[in-house]
Amino acid sequence: MNSIFSMSRKDVITFLIFSAVVLLMPIWLQPFGAAYPDLMQKFAIFGILAIGFNILFGLTGYLSFGHAAFLGAGSYAAVWTFKLFSMNPIPALIFAVIIAGLFALAIGYVSLRRSGIYFSILTLAFAQMSYNLAYSVLTPVTYGETGLQLALDDPRIADAAFGGGSDVALPVSNLFGMVNMNGIPGFYFCAIFLIIGFFITQRIFASPFGMMLRAIKSNQNRMSYTGFNTRPYTLTAFVISGMYAGLAGGLMAVTDPLAGAERMQWTASGEIVLMTILGGVGTLIGPVVGAWLIKYFENIFSSFNENVLHNLFAFLPEGIEKFVVEVTSMFVGEGWHLTLGLVFVLVVTFLPGGMMEGYRRIVDMFQKKDDGDGKASTKSDAATAPAE
Amino acid sequence: MSERKDGPSRRKVLKGAAAGLVTAGVAPTILTSSAFGQEYRNKPTGDTVTLGFNVPQTGPYADEGADELRAYELAVEHLNGEGDGGMLNTMQPSNLKGNGILGKKVAYVTGDTQTKSDAARASAKRMIEKDGALMITGGSSSGVAVAVQSLCQEMGTIFMAGLTHSNDTTGKDKRRYGFRHFFNAYMSGAALGPVLADEYGTERRAYHLTADYNWGWTQEESMKNATEALGWQTAEAVKTPVGAGDFSQYITPVLNSGADVLILNHYGRDMVNSLTQAVQFGLRDKQVNGKDFQIVVPLFSRLMAQGAGDNIKGILGSTNWNWKLQDEGSQAFVKSFGAKYGAPPSMAAHTCYVQALLYADACERAGTFYPVEVIKALEGHKFDGMGNGPTEYRAEDHQCFKDVLVVRGNDNPTSQFDLLNVVQQVPRSQVEYDASIFGGDLGPYEV
Amino acid sequence: MDAIFLQFLNGLDKGGAYALIALGLTLVFGTLGVVNFAHGTLFMLGAFCAVTLRKLLTLEQVVLDTENLTAWGTATEIRTPYVEAWFGDFGTMLVDYSVPASILLAIPVMLVVGVAMERGLIKHFYRRPHAEQILVTFGLAIVLQEIVKHYFGANPIPQPMPAAFAGAADIGAALGMEPNVIVYPWWRLVYFGFSIVVIGAVFAFLQFTTFGMVVRAGMADRETVGLIGIDIDKRFTAMFGIAAIVAGMAGVMYTPLLPPDYHLGMDFLVLSFVVVVVGGMGSLPGAVAAGFLLGILQSLASMTEVKAIIPGIDQIIIYLVAVVILLVRPRGLMGRRGVMES
Repeated sequence: MNSIFSMSRKDVITFLIFSAVVLLMPIWLQPFGAAYPDLMQKFAIFGILAIGFNILFGLTGYLSFGHAAFLGAGSYAAVWTFKLFSMNPIPALIFAVIIAGLFALAIGYVSLRRSGIYFSILTLAFAQMSYNLAYSVLTPVTYGETGLQLALDDPRIADAAFGGGSDVALPVSNLFGMVNMNGIPGFYFCAIFLIIGFFITQRIFASPFGMMLRAIKSNQNRMSYTGFNTRPYTLTAFVISGMYAGLAGGLMAVTDPLAGAERMQWTASGEIVLMTILGGVGTLIGPVVGAWLIKYFENIFSSFNENVLHNLFAFLPEGIEKFVVEVTSMFVGEGWHLTLGLVFVLVVTFLPGGMMEGYRRIVDMFQKKDDGDGKASTKSDAATAPAE
Repeated sequence: MSERKDGPSRRKVLKGAAAGLVTAGVAPTILTSSAFGQEYRNKPTGDTVTLGFNVPQTGPYADEGADELRAYELAVEHLNGEGDGGMLNTMQPSNLKGNGILGKKVAYVTGDTQTKSDAARASAKRMIEKDGALMITGGSSSGVAVAVQSLCQEMGTIFMAGLTHSNDTTGKDKRRYGFRHFFNAYMSGAALGPVLADEYGTERRAYHLTADYNWGWTQEESMKNATEALGWQTAEAVKTPVGAGDFSQYITPVLNSGADVLILNHYGRDMVNSLTQAVQFGLRDKQVNGKDFQIVVPLFSRLMAQGAGDNIKGILGSTNWNWKLQDEGSQAFVKSFGAKYGAPPSMAAHTCYVQALLYADACERAGTFYPVEVIKALEGHKFDGMGNGPTEYRAEDHQCFKDVLVVRGNDNPTSQFDLLNVVQQVPRSQVEYDASIFGGDLGPYEV
Repeated sequence: MDAIFLQFLNGLDKGGAYALIALGLTLVFGTLGVVNFAHGTLFMLGAFCAVTLRKLLTLEQVVLDTENLTAWGTATEIRTPYVEAWFGDFGTMLVDYSVPASILLAIPVMLVVGVAMERGLIKHFYRRPHAEQILVTFGLAIVLQEIVKHYFGANPIPQPMPAAFAGAADIGAALGMEPNVIVYPWWRLVYFGFSIVVIGAVFAFLQFTTFGMVVRAGMADRETVGLIGIDIDKRFTAMFGIAAIVAGMAGVMYTPLLPPDYHLGMDFLVLSFVVVVVGGMGSLPGAVAAGFLLGILQSLASMTEVKAIIPGIDQIIIYLVAVVILLVRPRGLMGRRGVMES
């Protein structure tokens, strides 16, 4: 018991800072134009997703390329709970996590018989099968292309029994009829789960179980030669990270009651992988940072149209202004993909280990400057040189 | 992008966090009070009114989205009294004065739907929550239209759909806050049927290849109903995966099926690929049952026709609008669009332009931006001079009823834009249907 | 029976395309140990070599006709391709054969692209974790395809095949069966033949040249080959170039079947990885065999008779086969122990 609740001082500080950063999002995101409810909800939700993915990938080294399947399963489970049972998010989330966990158990049980890229392709195959079927023949359950949505004539047994909800308007997910789950309250609802999820991950990273997973990552063969069966451990990690994905999917449905098949497509799985690597695999905070960065690009960079740019650069002389707008418009608006691609290439080339590596280097630089003068500066030069 | 991440020492971060915590309790109340202090969301208070244009900018429909955006920019220009005014001059009745909407200058924000429901909803939410958009419009697929429309219902924001052809948009998934000017799969079937009978006779066996998702199914069903009513038989209807790329495995069975017509219920790239490949299999040179084999593409667009190249020649289909129409409204629109961009508008551009103008006009007639009143002004509104003859926004399902064009791939194009010829302008009466046949429920005015 | 035969033909030409892409991917995996998520993009770039050549060949002389105005009031344009104006009939023929002629353009272009990619970026990633290779090559793929989108737009661009190969061959009649029952497009037959030739050439090159021998030795045991004093790196760079050429040529020849757009590479990316892994990591014959196997099974699964028994089977057949094969044979059809297993 002791090992679960005793945290190192460093962990406590990290946790407190992380919680503060998440809870203060509505303030510090203002200058970045990102402090509106939907994007902050997405930040929290995709943070949970990336943290969960990192438990599998960061600790065991197993690269799942089908994690979006659990996200989708969680969403479908949550929306069906809304439709059939109640608009309260709690049962929906419980159900989402359970369904995603069972789904992960089944897929993980089969896929973990193989390792390396064979494992990746197995998870990819399962996810793509889920997506293709959800989009087409499973339409009676998933509503295919148009997505699973709430309807006025849904039974909602529990709500009906307690006489909640109106007969005219579509209901909004709410906590015991008190707090509606859209807007800022929805964000805080998600943020609390992100913080809890972060805490649990921190504990897993520091626990013997986490050490075991790391040992499996560093040399699975040696582990199995000693007669040690690694599979229960990897499967546990797989299911836990699937449940995180299910929770994220459930929260997506809570804040916005729609579940679409595209959530399961390989591109969605790939996005999770990219978030994690971009931020820093195996670090606690890295995946969250990666998730925020990608979602920020997707939502904010894509919104800069030429009109906005013209206003932005209006202070420049006309000829230069036109040129600057033309060049920048290649990278924002409809060109936001290009910027994202460039960021991937640059970050991974110059910062192996992702954004967290960059952070570490900067911290190193400052600390060494504190140490002394001449010696430290040569060291930090070496540290910033591109790794090859 | 990493401005914040190059954080200073831990102590500084801690200090900042402590300072932030003090304000944390205050912040949410500030944000929520500004959202609920109004009588409706995003009520314009300054001298501008912001519209949100949500179009695909990445992904397979990016070109269509770019054309939609061009149309919106033109519409904004015209509404603000710049340019030659376009359809503002031909619209009947019109309350637009070229001084913005209700005297407020029109501003706009844009977003990328990526042709994905989640992304489209996220960017619509961004425009509503952050940019203060009063109305959302655009899109290039029914999945997106249905998803954004239901979001807008929840948010109490009017949604003027762009290109969406599924029966569901104004059928089982219709919403009080959603409006569609574009035609739908049922109308395609009803318009094409009689023309097909004229051209190919009433004794035909049709083979359907259908994109395996909601739109494809409604399209197939509508075409089946229309052709079977003429006396055609349906040899087979096969579902194909979306984005299959190579359709050869679905086309070969057509060869010996005894069918003499192939109906491709595909759109976008699927349609470009399946049509190209079907022609390569020599289907159009075949004789079956003593008749020439024919291919029909129920939903056509010029951009798709471009992708299919020569394979489109002589093929029948339907469209919402074509730039070669000779009526006054279409001509005015083509003239100002062509003068500004050097190319004629696509049908997606047309429907988006018209939707923007119709919304603005409804606000003027309602005398307010209050969505409930604007909705009431749009419901049952009859207008003319916008390209498809006399048109009505039916109150029961928010679907526009107007003439539908049956077109044929042009055998001798005079320019790269001259790809489709209008065969017949099918009158509105022939494509009308009872609003109740597709079910659905509009929902309440007040949300 | 005819139907099955036709589907078999479909499988062969589809399989040819899969095999060609997987072949290049395996060359890069096997020699360099790099997970190249930009490989599909190389296929797309090849296809756009064909688009570019055709654009160049059909560059038009534009004469403004001020007598006739367009609907928006500007002068209409009368366009005549320069090539036709200059070379007459030969020019016309050149335009007609632009797709096969593009191979001549694609070979040098793809070689340069491949070598530049390897030297400029990928060589820094040989010793980095696979995850980082994925991120960098995926980023590169996005950048490349966005550049193509910027210049060519997002719409597919049709590339007609030479007129002589348009239409379909009556194979049934040629085999002495009833005419008009087994017909198959000429260009698909050409594509199948082309893929066999290219696959054969790659194998012959690896089998019968000293260069190929060294590369094969390097694939089996890179370190030992390095120890005996052979500069294996240079050869591996060349292999990357060859893989790019193979992918590019496959893309060129595919354009008449599938009008290319900038997103083409991503559509083939997942599929090509599945093919390579089903074939077995690092095995060239495995990649080819898996390509044809999946192509044929996919065609057969699309038959109405099959779909009637298992609805939606054609949607998932590729993945289903991949799962079954990987569970029965741990390293795919012909994979070697220890390659990409950790």
